[in-house]
Amino acid sequence: MAQEFIKFGKNLVDTREFLAPGHNFCLGCGEVLAMRLVCKTLGEKVIIAMATGCDEVSSTPLPVTSWRVPWVHTLFENVGAEISGIEAGMKALMRKGRIPQRDIKFVGMAGDGGTMDIGLQALSGAIERGHNFLYLCWDNEAYMNTGIQRSSGTPYGASTTTAPAGKISVGQRTWKKNMVEIAAAHNIPYAATACPSYPFDLMNKVKKGAEIEGPAYIHILCPCPVGWRFPSNLTIEIGRLAVETGIFPLYEVENGRYKLNIDRPKLKPVEEYIKPQGRYRHLPQEELQKIQERVNEEYAKLKAKVAAFAA
Amino acid sequence: MSRRVALEGSHAVAEAVRMANVDVIASYPITPQTHIPERLAEMVANGELDAEYIPVESEHSAMSACVGAAAVGARAFNTTSGQGLELMHEVLYVASSMRYPTVMAICNRGLSAPLSVWADHSDAMAVRDTGWIQVFCQNNQEVFDMTLWAFRVGEDPRVLFPVMVYLDGFTLSHVIEPVNLPQQEEVDRFLPKLQYRFALNPDNPMTHGAFGPPDIYTEAKIAQEVAFRKSKEVLLQGWKEFGDIFGRYYYPVELYKAENAKTLLVLQGSLSETAKLVVDKRRESGEPVGLIYLRLWRPFPLHEFRQAVKDVDTLIIFDRCISFGGPGGPVCSEIRSALYDMERRPKVVGFVGGLGGRDVSVGDFEHVIDRGREVAKKGSEEIFETVGVRGEVVGIRG
Ligand SMILES: Cc1ncc(C[n+]2csc(CCOP(=O)(O)OP(=O)(O)O)c2C)c(N)n1
Ligand SMILES: [Mg+2]
Repeated sequence: MAQEFIKFGKNLVDTREFLAPGHNFCLGCGEVLAMRLVCKTLGEKVIIAMATGCDEVSSTPLPVTSWRVPWVHTLFENVGAEISGIEAGMKALMRKGRIPQRDIKFVGMAGDGGTMDIGLQALSGAIERGHNFLYLCWDNEAYMNTGIQRSSGTPYGASTTTAPAGKISVGQRTWKKNMVEIAAAHNIPYAATACPSYPFDLMNKVKKGAEIEGPAYIHILCPCPVGWRFPSNLTIEIGRLAVETGIFPLYEVENGRYKLNIDRPKLKPVEEYIKPQGRYRHLPQEELQKIQERVNEEYAKLKAKVAAFAA
Repeated sequence: MSRRVALEGSHAVAEAVRMANVDVIASYPITPQTHIPERLAEMVANGELDAEYIPVESEHSAMSACVGAAAVGARAFNTTSGQGLELMHEVLYVASSMRYPTVMAICNRGLSAPLSVWADHSDAMAVRDTGWIQVFCQNNQEVFDMTLWAFRVGEDPRVLFPVMVYLDGFTLSHVIEPVNLPQQEEVDRFLPKLQYRFALNPDNPMTHGAFGPPDIYTEAKIAQEVAFRKSKEVLLQGWKEFGDIFGRYYYPVELYKAENAKTLLVLQGSLSETAKLVVDKRRESGEPVGLIYLRLWRPFPLHEFRQAVKDVDTLIIFDRCISFGGPGGPVCSEIRSALYDMERRPKVVGFVGGLGGRDVSVGDFEHVIDRGREVAKKGSEEIFETVGVRGEVVGIRG
């Protein structure tokens, strides 16, 4: 494949597609938008291990595949361990002269469920052991593949099929697990948040994460029209609002140093983000207020970290 | 020229893994397997073995890491016992169904609850249908030999299935016995370098593990079953080649004093060595009693087994596992079913004993033979008999 780039300002983007068209992702899926950009950034010298979830079932029904790069899927909760074995195997084979020494990126990918819930142990182990790999979490804030069940990534007040809004329930009663901080607590060399609504920010982070020696973690918010119940033409807009309201700030933690990538002088009210989404339709005003207060508090905490440990 | 050394079973495994020059070791400690990963870690730390040692955080991850390593064409080794094997259960199916030839040594252990760290075969029986090639060892020489053989046959391009080597917890893993260790050149002659032709590699992108819709899943599984059964020829050839190089020949069904026997004991694992003492005694007193050692458990050696028992009156099967509510112990049920279509088939009597490390003595096997023949003659309402249980056992009925 001849390599060509399109120039967007100072950003060069590979014209090649490593995730072939013809896959089964939904219309307006934020996850596949991110995945396509990620693959363009990683290029062909890569081995990808992917967990069970929308990502895997939408890209590979036998006997076809959308993957033009080496790709393996086995189970839901073991990507951290599997990519550890891949990295260790290649390292041993190269050291023993069985295959030529070369730079190959080892990349694990999983949804919020596969990362923050059932796969957390395997991921924590892989980060703690210091394998040289990049891990990407596609966070669509629920188990979408199995029909919108809640995860620890589901935000407070969202209605899902296992934490539904009801006469005596607001839906999800817990606050979203802060996975980037969990990754950072491992003293990981690089952790970051990203969103396909900010494509160059996403691609630059993937590039950085892939080049860093040791483990790197990127948490990617992927708006999901089906699960969040918004029209499929609003995906990019919703992702932007998540960032602009401070609900999902874009930031990096590099060797413990914090950096906010988008730092608006004034955040938009969270209502602007919440209103277009059917999953919050039932929320009374006082609950909205509660969410706003929480976002203010969390954002202030993040800003304090940025001030205290600036990159 | 081999060297004769004193080794516990765990260290016999470790020596074989070292001589196999594995690339990746991923294993999580559990009694009674711990001496294996400890010894391997030591070898890596001292530069005696050039491998990546991944100190994983669980058995599920140990098996998953081996799957990852195998996917890129590395020779990977794992080892566990009891609870650990159960924890990695779903990954076992993945390794076999995706045709990753990795090797695992299992120091057999009873399953909780109540917690037990001691030998029985409940862990092995719980994974018998996972599509792994499975062999049971009787002594530490076999432990070394089977581990080497496992790499050789599992990695054969005509096979490409993972292999489990079973050794009884403590009775083999922790007991020192003389073991002949071969020269490295002999091992290298027997075991070529792994050339996994489906290894993930950017030069030749491949998709491993696409999901199977209903219009393809059945074909995939039947293809796996056909390949698995067919692999038996290669397993036998592997043992033949092993014998030609190292001088020790192995068979899927091993007969001990079985000639003209009317009664045959059937066993797996280290208890066979005790049972053989009783067979010797009975033979000395002129009784036509022998023993079948069922080494190859999967793929089940149907033909060889039927052949071995065709002229026998009574088979006494000794299970170290209960199949709760089942039609007998797991080995006994399978053998009954394997013999059902024979024109003339022996009576089959099942015993269960040796659970969770309970000793099975020479005296116990004397009882097993006598009582087994009695049940074969007179019948019994019990579905299986028990050995060495305190108090009277009644009520194991259909
Ligand atoms: C051990 C195990 N438990 C449960 C499942 C069922 N399952 C498959 S995908 C999935 C949810 C995936 O959610 P997430 O990781 O958030 O990915 P998404 O589909 O939302 O992209 C579940 C529960 C499974 N495959 N394996
Ligand atoms: Mg999800």
